[in-house]
Amino acid sequence: MSQVSRADDIEFLKEQAKTVRIGILKMLAEAGSGHTGGSLSAADVATALYFSKMKHNPKDPAWKERDRFILSKGHAAPLLYTVLALSGYFDKSLLKTLRKIGSPLQGHPCSKLLPGVEISTGSLGQGLSIANGIAMGLKMDGMNSRVYCMLGDGETQEGQVWEAAMTAAHYRLDNVCAIIDNNGLQIDGHCCDIMALEPITEKWNAFGWHVIDIDGHDMKAILGALDEAEGIKEKPTMIVARTVKGKGVSFFEGKVQYHGMAPTSEELERALKELE
Amino acid sequence: MGERIATRDAYGDALLELGKKRKEVVVLDADLSGSTKTAKFAKVFPERFYNIGISEQDLIGTASGLSLTGKLPFASTFAVFETGRAWEQIRQTISYSSLNVKLVATHSGITVAEDGASHQAIEDIALMRVLPNMTVIVPADGIETKQVIEAIADFYGPVYVRLGRSKVPVVMPDDYKFTIGKAYRFHIGKDANIIAAGIMVSVSLDAMEMLKKEGIDAGVINMPTVKPLDNDAVIEAAKASGLIVTAEEHSVIGGLGGAVCEFLAENYPVPVKRIGIKDTFGCSGPSDELMKLYGLTADDIVRTVKQGLKR
Repeated sequence: MSQVSRADDIEFLKEQAKTVRIGILKMLAEAGSGHTGGSLSAADVATALYFSKMKHNPKDPAWKERDRFILSKGHAAPLLYTVLALSGYFDKSLLKTLRKIGSPLQGHPCSKLLPGVEISTGSLGQGLSIANGIAMGLKMDGMNSRVYCMLGDGETQEGQVWEAAMTAAHYRLDNVCAIIDNNGLQIDGHCCDIMALEPITEKWNAFGWHVIDIDGHDMKAILGALDEAEGIKEKPTMIVARTVKGKGVSFFEGKVQYHGMAPTSEELERALKELE
Repeated sequence: MGERIATRDAYGDALLELGKKRKEVVVLDADLSGSTKTAKFAKVFPERFYNIGISEQDLIGTASGLSLTGKLPFASTFAVFETGRAWEQIRQTISYSSLNVKLVATHSGITVAEDGASHQAIEDIALMRVLPNMTVIVPADGIETKQVIEAIADFYGPVYVRLGRSKVPVVMPDDYKFTIGKAYRFHIGKDANIIAAGIMVSVSLDAMEMLKKEGIDAGVINMPTVKPLDNDAVIEAAKASGLIVTAEEHSVIGGLGGAVCEFLAENYPVPVKRIGIKDTFGCSGPSDELMKLYGLTADDIVRTVKQGLKR
Protein backbone atom coordinates (compact mmCIF):
# COMPACT_ATOMS: atom_id res chain seq x y z
CA MET A 1 0.00 0.00 0.00
CA SER A 2 1.09 3.50 -0.66
CA GLN A 3 1.95 5.28 2.50
CA VAL A 4 1.35 8.65 0.92
CA SER A 5 -2.26 9.19 -0.02
CA ARG A 6 -3.23 11.04 -3.19
CA ALA A 7 -3.18 14.60 -1.97
CA ASP A 8 -4.41 17.07 -4.50
CA ASP A 9 -3.64 19.72 -2.01
CA ILE A 10 -1.65 22.08 -4.19
CA GLU A 11 -0.69 24.23 -1.23
CA PHE A 12 0.67 21.22 0.64
CA LEU A 13 2.75 20.21 -2.34
CA LYS A 14 4.09 23.74 -2.78
CA GLU A 15 5.19 23.77 0.85
CA GLN A 16 6.65 20.28 0.45
CA ALA A 17 8.64 21.45 -2.60
CA LYS A 18 10.05 24.22 -0.46
CA THR A 19 11.07 21.68 2.19
CA VAL A 20 12.67 19.57 -0.53
CA ARG A 21 14.67 22.56 -1.80
CA ILE A 22 15.85 23.36 1.71
CA GLY A 23 16.93 19.74 2.14
CA ILE A 24 18.84 19.82 -1.15
CA LEU A 25 20.68 23.03 -0.27
CA LYS A 26 21.60 21.87 3.23
CA MET A 27 22.98 18.53 2.09
CA LEU A 28 24.95 20.12 -0.74
CA ALA A 29 26.45 22.77 1.53
CA GLU A 30 27.43 20.03 4.00
CA ALA A 31 28.98 17.92 1.23
CA GLY A 32 30.85 20.88 -0.25
CA SER A 33 30.32 19.64 -3.81
CA GLY A 34 27.49 18.41 -6.00
CA HIS A 35 24.88 19.55 -8.47
CA THR A 36 22.74 22.39 -7.20
CA GLY A 37 21.08 23.89 -10.28
CA GLY A 38 19.56 20.74 -11.78
CA SER A 39 18.41 19.43 -8.40
CA LEU A 40 16.47 22.62 -7.75
CA SER A 41 14.98 22.85 -11.25
CA ALA A 42 13.47 19.37 -11.05
CA ALA A 43 12.27 19.70 -7.45
CA ASP A 44 8.61 20.51 -8.18
CA VAL A 45 8.10 17.56 -10.54
CA ALA A 46 9.82 15.14 -8.13
CA THR A 47 7.72 16.47 -5.24
CA ALA A 48 4.52 15.95 -7.23
CA LEU A 49 5.59 12.39 -8.05
CA TYR A 50 6.72 11.26 -4.60
CA PHE A 51 4.14 13.05 -2.47
CA SER A 52 1.08 12.77 -4.69
CA LYS A 53 1.19 10.83 -7.92
CA MET A 54 3.24 7.70 -7.38
CA LYS A 55 2.13 4.50 -5.69
CA HIS A 56 5.04 3.52 -3.50
CA ASN A 57 5.76 2.22 -0.03
CA PRO A 58 8.85 3.42 1.83
CA LYS A 59 8.42 0.55 4.31
CA ASP A 60 8.62 -1.93 1.44
CA PRO A 61 10.82 -0.48 -1.29
CA ALA A 62 10.52 -3.71 -3.33
CA TRP A 63 6.68 -3.68 -3.22
CA LYS A 64 5.73 -5.31 -6.52
CA GLU A 65 2.87 -2.99 -7.36
CA ARG A 66 4.83 0.21 -6.87
CA ASP A 67 5.31 2.80 -9.57
CA ARG A 68 8.98 3.19 -10.52
CA PHE A 69 11.02 6.35 -10.76
CA ILE A 70 14.27 6.34 -12.73
CA LEU A 71 16.46 9.40 -12.31
CA SER A 72 18.22 9.30 -15.66
CA LYS A 73 19.86 12.65 -14.85
CA GLY A 74 21.66 11.00 -11.94
CA HIS A 75 23.55 14.14 -11.01
CA ALA A 76 20.32 15.40 -9.43
CA ALA A 77 21.00 12.80 -6.71
CA PRO A 78 20.51 15.36 -3.90
CA LEU A 79 16.92 15.81 -5.09
CA LEU A 80 16.28 12.06 -5.17
CA TYR A 81 17.86 11.55 -1.74
CA THR A 82 15.78 14.35 -0.24
CA VAL A 83 12.41 13.09 -1.54
CA LEU A 84 13.31 9.54 -0.49
CA ALA A 85 14.28 10.65 3.02
CA LEU A 86 11.18 12.82 3.41
CA SER A 87 9.08 9.88 2.20
CA GLY A 88 10.62 7.72 4.92
CA TYR A 89 12.90 5.35 2.98
CA PHE A 90 15.77 6.06 5.37
CA ASP A 91 16.64 8.31 8.27
CA LYS A 92 16.99 11.98 7.40
CA SER A 93 20.27 12.15 9.34
CA LEU A 94 21.86 10.20 6.46
CA LEU A 95 21.46 13.26 4.22
CA LYS A 96 24.43 14.81 6.00
CA THR A 97 26.68 12.01 4.73
CA LEU A 98 26.30 12.86 1.02
CA ARG A 99 29.52 12.15 -0.93
CA LYS A 100 31.41 11.02 2.18
CA ILE A 101 33.41 7.80 2.59
CA GLY A 102 31.18 4.88 3.52
CA SER A 103 27.94 6.72 2.81
CA PRO A 104 25.14 5.03 0.85
CA LEU A 105 24.52 8.50 -0.59
CA GLN A 106 27.06 8.36 -3.40
CA GLY A 107 27.77 11.34 -5.64
CA HIS A 108 25.42 9.68 -8.12
CA PRO A 109 22.68 7.24 -7.05
CA CYS A 110 23.72 3.66 -6.32
CA SER A 111 20.87 1.15 -6.10
CA LYS A 112 22.96 -1.44 -4.28
CA LEU A 113 23.55 0.90 -1.36
CA LEU A 114 20.33 2.82 -0.92
CA PRO A 115 16.74 1.56 -0.63
CA GLY A 116 14.34 3.39 -2.93
CA VAL A 117 16.90 3.88 -5.71
CA GLU A 118 15.59 1.63 -8.49
CA ILE A 119 18.83 1.56 -10.46
CA SER A 120 22.21 3.25 -10.37
CA THR A 121 22.51 6.18 -12.74
CA GLY A 122 24.96 8.98 -13.39
CA SER A 123 26.24 8.38 -16.90
CA LEU A 124 23.75 10.30 -19.00
CA GLY A 125 21.44 8.98 -21.66
CA GLN A 126 20.80 5.52 -20.23
CA GLY A 127 17.77 5.77 -17.95
CA LEU A 128 15.04 5.74 -20.56
CA SER A 129 16.17 2.37 -21.95
CA ILE A 130 16.05 0.94 -18.44
CA ALA A 131 12.61 2.46 -17.86
CA ASN A 132 11.40 0.82 -21.08
CA GLY A 133 12.70 -2.58 -19.98
CA ILE A 134 10.92 -2.25 -16.64
CA ALA A 135 7.73 -1.19 -18.46
CA MET A 136 7.95 -4.27 -20.72
CA GLY A 137 8.39 -6.55 -17.73
CA LEU A 138 5.44 -4.98 -15.91
CA LYS A 139 3.22 -5.40 -18.97
CA MET A 140 4.24 -9.05 -19.33
CA ASP A 141 3.17 -9.60 -15.74
CA GLY A 142 -0.12 -7.77 -16.22
CA MET A 143 0.80 -5.12 -13.66
CA ASN A 144 -0.63 -1.63 -14.02
CA SER A 145 2.28 0.10 -12.30
CA ARG A 146 3.73 3.06 -14.13
CA VAL A 147 7.33 3.95 -14.86
CA TYR A 148 8.48 7.56 -14.55
CA CYS A 149 11.81 8.62 -15.97
CA MET A 150 13.37 12.03 -15.40
CA LEU A 151 15.83 13.25 -18.02
CA GLY A 152 17.87 16.40 -18.27
CA ASP A 153 17.46 18.46 -21.40
CA GLY A 154 21.17 18.46 -22.21
CA GLU A 155 21.07 14.72 -21.63
CA THR A 156 18.94 14.27 -24.75
CA GLN A 157 22.07 15.07 -26.76
CA GLU A 158 23.01 11.44 -26.05
CA GLY A 159 22.08 9.21 -29.00
CA GLN A 160 20.84 6.38 -26.80
CA VAL A 161 17.93 8.56 -25.66
CA TRP A 162 16.58 8.50 -29.20
CA GLU A 163 17.12 4.76 -29.52
CA ALA A 164 15.00 4.40 -26.39
CA ALA A 165 12.47 6.90 -27.73
CA MET A 166 11.93 4.62 -30.72
CA THR A 167 11.71 1.50 -28.57
CA ALA A 168 9.05 2.96 -26.25
CA ALA A 169 6.91 4.03 -29.21
CA HIS A 170 7.47 0.79 -31.15
CA TYR A 171 6.41 -1.38 -28.23
CA ARG A 172 3.55 1.01 -27.33
CA LEU A 173 4.75 1.43 -23.77
CA ASP A 174 1.90 3.57 -22.48
CA ASN A 175 3.02 2.81 -18.93
CA VAL A 176 6.13 4.94 -19.54
CA CYS A 177 5.97 8.61 -18.63
CA ALA A 178 9.20 10.52 -19.18
CA ILE A 179 9.85 14.04 -18.02
CA ILE A 180 12.45 16.37 -19.48
CA ASP A 181 13.69 18.90 -16.96
CA ASN A 182 14.12 21.60 -19.57
CA ASN A 183 16.10 24.21 -17.68
CA GLY A 184 17.98 25.23 -20.81
CA LEU A 185 21.46 25.03 -19.31
CA GLN A 186 24.25 22.48 -19.34
CA ILE A 187 27.76 22.52 -17.86
CA ASP A 188 29.40 24.45 -20.67
CA GLY A 189 26.62 26.99 -21.13
CA HIS A 190 23.19 27.42 -22.70
CA CYS A 191 21.98 24.27 -24.46
CA CYS A 192 21.10 26.37 -27.50
CA ASP A 193 24.75 27.41 -27.81
CA ILE A 194 26.35 24.05 -27.01
CA MET A 195 24.07 21.76 -29.05
CA ALA A 196 20.63 23.06 -29.88
CA LEU A 197 17.70 20.93 -28.65
CA GLU A 198 14.66 22.73 -30.00
CA PRO A 199 12.11 22.03 -31.23
CA ILE A 200 11.85 19.54 -28.34
CA THR A 201 8.08 19.03 -28.50
CA GLU A 202 8.05 18.39 -32.22
CA LYS A 203 10.95 15.95 -31.97
CA TRP A 204 9.19 13.74 -29.42
CA ASN A 205 5.94 14.01 -31.34
CA ALA A 206 7.73 12.85 -34.46
CA PHE A 207 9.13 9.88 -32.51
CA GLY A 208 5.58 8.77 -31.73
CA TRP A 209 5.18 10.09 -28.21
CA HIS A 210 2.29 11.94 -26.65
CA VAL A 211 3.87 15.23 -25.60
CA ILE A 212 2.67 17.63 -22.91
CA ASP A 213 4.41 20.97 -22.64
CA ILE A 214 4.11 22.62 -19.22
CA ASP A 215 5.58 25.12 -16.81
CA GLY A 216 7.62 22.74 -14.67
CA HIS A 217 7.19 24.87 -11.57
CA ASP A 218 3.37 25.10 -11.76
CA MET A 219 2.21 22.38 -9.38
CA LYS A 220 -1.28 22.29 -10.80
CA ALA A 221 0.06 21.93 -14.34
CA ILE A 222 2.45 19.16 -13.22
CA LEU A 223 -0.34 17.13 -11.60
CA GLY A 224 -2.58 17.74 -14.60
CA ALA A 225 0.10 16.48 -16.99
CA LEU A 226 0.81 13.39 -14.88
CA ASP A 227 -2.92 12.59 -14.81
CA GLU A 228 -3.26 13.18 -18.54
CA ALA A 229 -0.32 10.84 -19.21
CA GLU A 230 -2.07 8.06 -17.29
CA GLY A 231 -5.03 8.26 -19.64
CA ILE A 232 -2.98 7.99 -22.83
CA LYS A 233 -3.14 4.50 -24.37
CA GLU A 234 -0.82 2.80 -26.86
CA LYS A 235 1.77 5.59 -26.65
CA PRO A 236 4.42 6.68 -24.16
CA THR A 237 4.13 10.20 -22.80
CA MET A 238 6.80 12.88 -22.61
CA ILE A 239 6.21 15.81 -20.29
CA VAL A 240 8.41 18.70 -21.32
CA ALA A 241 8.76 20.60 -18.06
CA ARG A 242 9.97 24.11 -18.79
CA THR A 243 12.02 24.96 -15.73
CA VAL A 244 14.56 27.39 -14.37
CA LYS A 245 17.93 26.07 -13.28
CA GLY A 246 18.51 26.82 -9.60
CA LYS A 247 14.79 27.58 -9.13
CA GLY A 248 13.82 28.94 -5.71
CA VAL A 249 17.04 30.75 -4.91
CA SER A 250 17.24 34.08 -6.75
CA PHE A 251 21.02 34.21 -7.00
CA PHE A 252 21.26 30.64 -8.37
CA GLU A 253 18.47 30.99 -10.91
CA GLY A 254 19.60 30.77 -14.52
CA LYS A 255 23.26 30.71 -13.52
CA VAL A 256 25.22 28.11 -15.43
CA GLN A 257 28.06 28.02 -12.90
CA TYR A 258 25.74 26.48 -10.31
CA HIS A 259 25.26 23.37 -12.43
CA GLY A 260 27.95 21.56 -10.51
CA MET A 261 28.72 23.83 -7.59
CA ALA A 262 27.47 23.48 -4.03
CA PRO A 263 26.40 26.51 -1.97
CA THR A 264 28.94 27.95 0.45
CA SER A 265 27.78 28.35 4.05
CA GLU A 266 27.19 32.02 3.41
CA GLU A 267 25.18 31.28 0.27
CA LEU A 268 23.22 28.63 2.17
CA GLU A 269 22.25 31.16 4.82
CA ARG A 270 21.02 33.63 2.23
CA ALA A 271 19.22 30.91 0.29
CA LEU A 272 17.43 29.61 3.38
CA LYS A 273 16.25 33.13 4.20
CA GLU A 274 14.67 33.34 0.76
CA LEU A 275 12.98 29.97 1.07
CA GLU A 276 11.87 29.97 4.72
CA MET B 1 35.78 -36.10 -32.90
CA GLY B 2 33.96 -36.19 -36.21
CA GLU B 3 31.02 -33.90 -35.55
CA ARG B 4 31.25 -30.14 -36.11
CA ILE B 5 28.75 -27.69 -34.60
CA ALA B 6 28.90 -23.90 -34.45
CA THR B 7 28.54 -22.73 -30.87
CA ARG B 8 25.91 -20.20 -32.01
CA ASP B 9 23.77 -23.06 -33.31
CA ALA B 10 24.05 -24.85 -29.98
CA TYR B 11 23.03 -21.58 -28.31
CA GLY B 12 19.89 -21.26 -30.43
CA ASP B 13 18.81 -24.77 -29.48
CA ALA B 14 19.72 -24.39 -25.80
CA LEU B 15 17.88 -21.09 -25.52
CA LEU B 16 14.72 -22.60 -26.98
CA GLU B 17 14.89 -25.49 -24.50
CA LEU B 18 15.47 -23.08 -21.64
CA GLY B 19 12.51 -20.99 -22.76
CA LYS B 20 10.28 -24.06 -22.57
CA LYS B 21 11.41 -24.79 -19.03
CA ARG B 22 11.50 -21.28 -17.61
CA LYS B 23 8.81 -18.70 -18.20
CA GLU B 24 10.93 -15.82 -16.93
CA VAL B 25 13.42 -16.18 -19.78
CA VAL B 26 13.19 -13.24 -22.19
CA VAL B 27 15.43 -12.71 -25.19
CA LEU B 28 16.57 -9.49 -26.81
CA ASP B 29 18.46 -9.01 -30.04
CA ALA B 30 19.64 -6.07 -32.14
CA ASP B 31 18.57 -7.02 -35.66
CA LEU B 32 20.84 -10.05 -35.89
CA SER B 33 18.53 -12.77 -34.59
CA GLY B 34 19.00 -14.87 -37.71
CA SER B 35 22.76 -14.88 -37.21
CA THR B 36 22.86 -15.16 -33.42
CA LYS B 37 20.20 -17.89 -33.65
CA THR B 38 17.90 -16.22 -31.12
CA ALA B 39 15.34 -16.30 -33.97
CA LYS B 40 14.61 -19.90 -32.94
CA PHE B 41 13.39 -18.70 -29.56
CA ALA B 42 11.58 -15.75 -31.14
CA LYS B 43 9.59 -18.01 -33.43
CA VAL B 44 8.24 -20.14 -30.58
CA PHE B 45 7.97 -17.40 -27.93
CA PRO B 46 7.27 -14.13 -29.78
CA GLU B 47 5.74 -12.60 -26.64
CA ARG B 48 9.03 -13.06 -24.81
CA PHE B 49 11.29 -11.79 -27.57
CA TYR B 50 12.20 -8.17 -28.20
CA ASN B 51 14.00 -7.05 -31.31
CA ILE B 52 15.44 -3.68 -30.31
CA GLY B 53 16.65 -2.85 -33.79
CA ILE B 54 20.15 -1.67 -34.62
CA SER B 55 20.75 -0.04 -31.26
CA GLU B 56 23.04 -1.99 -28.95
CA GLN B 57 23.15 0.59 -26.18
CA ASP B 58 19.38 0.52 -25.91
CA LEU B 59 19.52 -3.28 -26.08
CA ILE B 60 21.60 -3.39 -22.91
CA GLY B 61 19.50 -0.81 -21.07
CA THR B 62 16.25 -2.53 -21.98
CA ALA B 63 17.60 -5.92 -20.89
CA SER B 64 18.65 -4.33 -17.60
CA GLY B 65 15.16 -2.96 -17.04
CA LEU B 66 13.59 -6.35 -17.72
CA SER B 67 15.90 -7.96 -15.17
CA LEU B 68 14.72 -5.43 -12.58
CA THR B 69 11.21 -6.90 -12.88
CA GLY B 70 12.48 -10.42 -12.20
CA LYS B 71 12.84 -11.57 -15.79
CA LEU B 72 15.87 -13.53 -16.95
CA PRO B 73 17.06 -11.62 -20.01
CA PHE B 74 19.45 -13.00 -22.60
CA ALA B 75 20.75 -10.16 -24.78
CA SER B 76 22.49 -11.17 -27.98
CA THR B 77 24.24 -9.59 -30.92
CA PHE B 78 27.73 -9.83 -32.44
CA ALA B 79 30.55 -9.73 -29.88
CA VAL B 80 32.16 -6.61 -31.33
CA PHE B 81 28.94 -4.59 -30.96
CA GLU B 82 27.76 -6.06 -27.67
CA THR B 83 31.01 -5.52 -25.78
CA GLY B 84 32.32 -2.55 -27.75
CA ARG B 85 29.40 -0.36 -28.72
CA ALA B 86 27.56 -0.97 -25.45
CA TRP B 87 30.52 -1.36 -23.08
CA GLU B 88 29.69 1.65 -20.98
CA GLN B 89 26.04 0.63 -20.65
CA ILE B 90 27.20 -2.79 -19.48
CA ARG B 91 29.58 -1.14 -17.01
CA GLN B 92 27.22 1.48 -15.59
CA THR B 93 24.15 -0.68 -15.21
CA ILE B 94 24.75 -4.43 -15.44
CA SER B 95 28.17 -4.67 -13.85
CA TYR B 96 27.86 -1.86 -11.27
CA SER B 97 24.49 -3.08 -10.04
CA SER B 98 25.34 -6.75 -10.61
CA LEU B 99 22.13 -7.37 -12.57
CA ASN B 100 21.00 -10.82 -13.60
CA VAL B 101 21.50 -10.21 -17.32
CA LYS B 102 23.10 -12.78 -19.61
CA LEU B 103 25.14 -11.28 -22.43
CA VAL B 104 25.57 -13.98 -25.03
CA ALA B 105 27.48 -12.72 -28.05
CA THR B 106 28.23 -14.57 -31.26
CA HIS B 107 30.67 -13.92 -34.11
CA SER B 108 33.67 -13.49 -31.85
CA GLY B 109 37.25 -13.68 -33.06
CA ILE B 110 38.74 -13.74 -36.53
CA THR B 111 36.70 -16.76 -37.67
CA VAL B 112 33.95 -14.26 -38.48
CA ALA B 113 36.18 -14.45 -41.56
CA GLU B 114 35.14 -12.64 -44.76
CA ASP B 115 33.39 -9.72 -43.02
CA GLY B 116 36.80 -8.49 -41.92
CA ALA B 117 38.29 -6.57 -39.03
CA SER B 118 35.28 -4.33 -38.36
CA HIS B 119 33.26 -7.40 -37.34
CA GLN B 120 36.00 -9.50 -35.71
CA ALA B 121 35.96 -9.04 -31.93
CA ILE B 122 39.47 -9.75 -30.68
CA GLU B 123 39.25 -7.64 -27.53
CA ASP B 124 35.89 -8.64 -26.06
CA ILE B 125 37.26 -10.94 -23.34
CA ALA B 126 39.52 -8.14 -22.11
CA LEU B 127 36.65 -5.64 -22.14
CA MET B 128 34.37 -7.89 -20.11
CA ARG B 129 37.03 -9.36 -17.82
CA VAL B 130 37.99 -5.95 -16.45
CA LEU B 131 34.46 -5.31 -15.17
CA PRO B 132 33.75 -6.09 -11.50
CA ASN B 133 31.00 -8.68 -10.85
CA MET B 134 31.26 -10.02 -14.41
CA THR B 135 31.68 -13.71 -15.17
CA VAL B 136 33.28 -14.49 -18.54
CA ILE B 137 32.77 -17.82 -20.28
CA VAL B 138 34.22 -19.05 -23.58
CA PRO B 139 32.77 -22.45 -24.53
CA ALA B 140 34.91 -24.82 -26.59
CA ASP B 141 32.20 -26.58 -28.56
CA GLY B 142 28.49 -27.21 -29.00
CA ILE B 143 28.22 -29.64 -26.07
CA GLU B 144 29.83 -27.21 -23.70
CA THR B 145 27.76 -24.27 -25.01
CA LYS B 146 24.50 -26.07 -24.26
CA GLN B 147 25.65 -26.76 -20.71
CA VAL B 148 26.91 -23.21 -20.24
CA ILE B 149 23.50 -21.77 -21.16
CA GLU B 150 21.80 -24.05 -18.62
CA ALA B 151 24.37 -23.25 -15.94
CA ILE B 152 24.22 -19.47 -16.29
CA ALA B 153 20.42 -19.54 -16.12
CA ASP B 154 20.78 -21.09 -12.65
CA PHE B 155 23.43 -18.57 -11.63
CA TYR B 156 22.34 -15.14 -10.39
CA GLY B 157 24.49 -12.33 -11.78
CA PRO B 158 25.92 -10.83 -14.94
CA VAL B 159 27.60 -13.22 -17.36
CA TYR B 160 29.30 -12.74 -20.72
CA VAL B 161 29.37 -15.76 -23.01
CA ARG B 162 31.56 -15.67 -26.10
CA LEU B 163 30.39 -17.73 -29.06
CA GLY B 164 31.56 -18.16 -32.63
CA ARG B 165 30.19 -18.18 -36.13
CA SER B 166 32.01 -21.13 -37.69
CA LYS B 167 31.44 -24.82 -37.14
CA VAL B 168 33.94 -26.29 -34.67
CA PRO B 169 34.77 -29.91 -33.79
CA VAL B 170 33.03 -31.43 -30.80
CA VAL B 171 35.79 -32.07 -28.28
CA MET B 172 34.13 -32.45 -24.89
CA PRO B 173 33.31 -36.02 -23.80
CA ASP B 174 29.69 -37.17 -23.55
CA ASP B 175 29.82 -37.41 -19.76
CA TYR B 176 31.27 -33.89 -19.38
CA LYS B 177 29.59 -31.63 -16.85
CA PHE B 178 30.33 -27.91 -17.06
CA THR B 179 30.65 -25.95 -13.82
CA ILE B 180 31.23 -22.19 -13.73
CA GLY B 181 34.83 -21.52 -12.70
CA LYS B 182 36.06 -25.08 -13.30
CA ALA B 183 38.58 -26.12 -15.92
CA TYR B 184 38.58 -29.48 -17.69
CA ARG B 185 41.86 -31.37 -17.73
CA PHE B 186 42.18 -33.43 -20.90
CA HIS B 187 45.69 -34.37 -19.84
CA ILE B 188 48.30 -32.88 -17.55
CA GLY B 189 51.67 -32.97 -19.30
CA LYS B 190 55.11 -33.31 -17.72
CA ASP B 191 56.89 -31.15 -20.32
CA ALA B 192 54.36 -28.40 -21.05
CA ASN B 193 50.71 -27.59 -20.52
CA ILE B 194 48.46 -25.71 -22.92
CA ILE B 195 45.65 -23.74 -21.34
CA ALA B 196 43.08 -23.00 -24.01
CA ALA B 197 39.59 -21.66 -24.47
CA GLY B 198 37.00 -21.60 -27.23
CA ILE B 199 37.93 -22.96 -30.64
CA MET B 200 41.59 -23.15 -29.60
CA VAL B 201 40.82 -26.16 -27.39
CA SER B 202 40.41 -28.46 -30.38
CA VAL B 203 43.48 -26.94 -32.05
CA SER B 204 45.46 -27.52 -28.84
CA LEU B 205 44.36 -31.16 -28.71
CA ASP B 206 45.70 -31.61 -32.24
CA ALA B 207 48.98 -30.03 -31.13
CA MET B 208 49.13 -32.35 -28.11
CA GLU B 209 48.94 -35.42 -30.39
CA MET B 210 51.63 -34.02 -32.71
CA LEU B 211 53.94 -33.30 -29.79
CA LYS B 212 53.35 -36.77 -28.36
CA LYS B 213 54.66 -38.29 -31.60
CA GLU B 214 57.85 -36.33 -31.07
CA GLY B 215 58.14 -37.59 -27.51
CA ILE B 216 57.01 -34.36 -25.85
CA ASP B 217 54.46 -34.77 -23.08
CA ALA B 218 52.22 -31.71 -23.43
CA GLY B 219 48.90 -31.46 -21.62
CA VAL B 220 45.74 -29.58 -22.53
CA ILE B 221 43.41 -27.83 -20.15
CA ASN B 222 40.12 -26.39 -21.34
CA MET B 223 39.53 -23.16 -19.39
CA PRO B 224 35.97 -22.17 -20.36
CA THR B 225 35.58 -19.75 -17.49
CA VAL B 226 38.15 -17.01 -18.04
CA LYS B 227 36.74 -15.15 -15.05
CA PRO B 228 36.80 -16.35 -12.36
CA LEU B 229 39.84 -18.33 -13.47
CA ASP B 230 40.29 -21.88 -12.14
CA ASN B 231 43.42 -21.04 -10.15
CA ASP B 232 43.88 -24.60 -8.89
CA ALA B 233 44.05 -25.97 -12.41
CA VAL B 234 46.57 -23.31 -13.46
CA ILE B 235 48.81 -24.07 -10.47
CA GLU B 236 48.54 -27.79 -11.07
CA ALA B 237 49.55 -27.35 -14.71
CA ALA B 238 52.43 -25.04 -13.82
CA LYS B 239 53.75 -27.38 -11.12
CA ALA B 240 53.50 -30.44 -13.39
CA SER B 241 55.43 -29.01 -16.32
CA GLY B 242 57.09 -25.69 -15.59
CA LEU B 243 56.01 -24.35 -19.00
CA ILE B 244 52.58 -22.92 -19.76
CA VAL B 245 51.26 -22.03 -23.19
CA THR B 246 47.95 -20.21 -23.46
CA ALA B 247 45.85 -20.40 -26.62
CA GLU B 248 42.89 -18.24 -27.57
CA GLU B 249 41.28 -16.64 -30.61
CA HIS B 250 41.64 -13.20 -29.02
CA SER B 251 44.28 -10.55 -28.54
CA VAL B 252 47.23 -11.73 -26.48
CA ILE B 253 46.54 -8.65 -24.37
CA GLY B 254 43.95 -8.93 -21.64
CA GLY B 255 42.31 -12.25 -22.48
CA LEU B 256 42.92 -15.78 -21.21
CA GLY B 257 46.68 -15.38 -21.67
CA GLY B 258 46.61 -12.16 -19.71
CA ALA B 259 44.56 -13.74 -16.93
CA VAL B 260 46.88 -16.75 -16.63
CA CYS B 261 49.99 -14.53 -16.64
CA GLU B 262 48.58 -12.23 -13.97
CA PHE B 263 47.78 -15.16 -11.74
CA LEU B 264 51.04 -17.05 -12.23
CA ALA B 265 53.25 -13.96 -11.87
CA GLU B 266 51.88 -13.39 -8.39
CA ASN B 267 51.44 -16.97 -7.26
CA TYR B 268 53.69 -19.44 -9.07
CA PRO B 269 55.97 -17.79 -11.61
CA VAL B 270 56.83 -20.08 -14.51
CA PRO B 271 57.58 -19.24 -18.15
CA VAL B 272 54.42 -18.57 -20.19
CA LYS B 273 53.99 -18.30 -23.96
CA ARG B 274 50.81 -16.73 -25.30
CA ILE B 275 49.18 -17.83 -28.54
CA GLY B 276 46.65 -15.30 -29.83
CA ILE B 277 46.22 -12.26 -32.04
CA LYS B 278 49.40 -10.25 -31.61
CA ASP B 279 48.12 -6.72 -30.98
CA THR B 280 46.83 -6.23 -34.48
CA PHE B 281 43.50 -6.21 -36.34
CA GLY B 282 42.17 -9.10 -38.37
CA CYS B 283 41.26 -8.99 -42.06
CA SER B 284 38.93 -10.60 -44.59
CA GLY B 285 39.45 -14.16 -45.79
CA PRO B 286 38.38 -17.75 -45.21
CA SER B 287 38.54 -18.89 -41.56
CA ASP B 288 41.16 -21.59 -42.10
CA GLU B 289 43.50 -19.23 -43.91
CA LEU B 290 43.04 -16.55 -41.25
CA MET B 291 43.92 -19.06 -38.54
CA LYS B 292 47.17 -19.70 -40.40
CA LEU B 293 47.84 -16.03 -41.08
CA TYR B 294 47.45 -15.11 -37.41
CA GLY B 295 49.38 -18.08 -36.03
CA LEU B 296 46.50 -19.98 -34.49
CA THR B 297 47.12 -23.48 -35.89
CA ALA B 298 48.31 -26.69 -34.24
CA ASP B 299 51.67 -26.20 -36.01
CA ASP B 300 52.00 -22.80 -34.36
CA ILE B 301 51.32 -24.31 -30.94
CA VAL B 302 53.82 -27.13 -31.53
CA ARG B 303 56.47 -24.62 -32.55
CA THR B 304 55.73 -22.43 -29.54
CA VAL B 305 55.93 -25.35 -27.09
CA LYS B 306 59.27 -26.43 -28.55
CA GLN B 307 60.65 -22.90 -28.36
CA GLY B 308 59.50 -22.71 -24.76
CA LEU B 309 61.23 -25.97 -23.91
CA LYS B 310 64.50 -24.91 -25.61
CA ARG B 311 65.03 -21.72 -23.62
